[in-house]
Amino acid sequence: MNNIPLIPVLLLGAVLFCLGILAVITKRHAIVVLMGIELIFNAANLNLVAFNRHQPDLMQGQVFSVFVMVIAAAESAVALAIILKVYSYFKTVNLDQIRHETDV
Amino acid sequence: MSLVLIFFYVFGFLAIASAAFMLATKNVLYAAFGLLVTLLSLAAIFILLFADFVAITQLMVYVGGVLVLILFGVMLSNQVQGRAVQSESVNGISGGLVASAIFGGLAYLILSADYLLPEGITVADAAPANTKSSIIAIGIRLITNFALPFEVASLILLIALMGAAYISTEDKHE
Repeated sequence: MNNIPLIPVLLLGAVLFCLGILAVITKRHAIVVLMGIELIFNAANLNLVAFNRHQPDLMQGQVFSVFVMVIAAAESAVALAIILKVYSYFKTVNLDQIRHETDV
Repeated sequence: MSLVLIFFYVFGFLAIASAAFMLATKNVLYAAFGLLVTLLSLAAIFILLFADFVAITQLMVYVGGVLVLILFGVMLSNQVQGRAVQSESVNGISGGLVASAIFGGLAYLILSADYLLPEGITVADAAPANTKSSIIAIGIRLITNFALPFEVASLILLIALMGAAYISTEDKHE
């Protein structure tokens, strides 16, 4: 039958989550950090959809993953507005330079 | 090994490879394209997991919305002319250590956990048997069991859009 076992899907989600964490930690361009956060959202969505197959009558996993996408869209809109505002103020989106200029 | 499983591994490999490419490249625009391939392969995996509505939402919201927003952000926050937008990486070793430690913990948990499937439901039954699509079930759930989260999500979207529009307006009193 057409079934994908649960474990590889969860491992794929874990790998994508860690790659997103790595992007957030190592990258210094604010937009690339935002991409890492999107990757983390997608890994969470993958887990929700994978577990949804084992309790399919309520559709909880898929409905919740749609809500996660709503939150992700709202988050990226606000984050990009903040990034553009920061760019117009500091003339850079490099996080280290911004931190150096604000001297926190 | 069934065809579905082969497709799953192909798209999973593609997702991981393009996410790694997103990390490895220095060009921000190439990183956005790597993220695009990751999102597309994840949409394919959602289809393989019988979540067609989630897959279509992924295509429309992420690929059609979020990624275009990110590309706009790359274009608008870029003052170098004729040169690629670079992004430098720092903390490579410590970041790699943290990420691999998190992955080790997650993999250990995933492999050692005891999954208790509900009685009488096997994975083969989990596919929607009588309907070809999950849209009907999701639609019914959204207006019955999950009506309140649905409305709250719409409010959050409205507030976020208003906030983004307010933040990005130019300050006239400088």
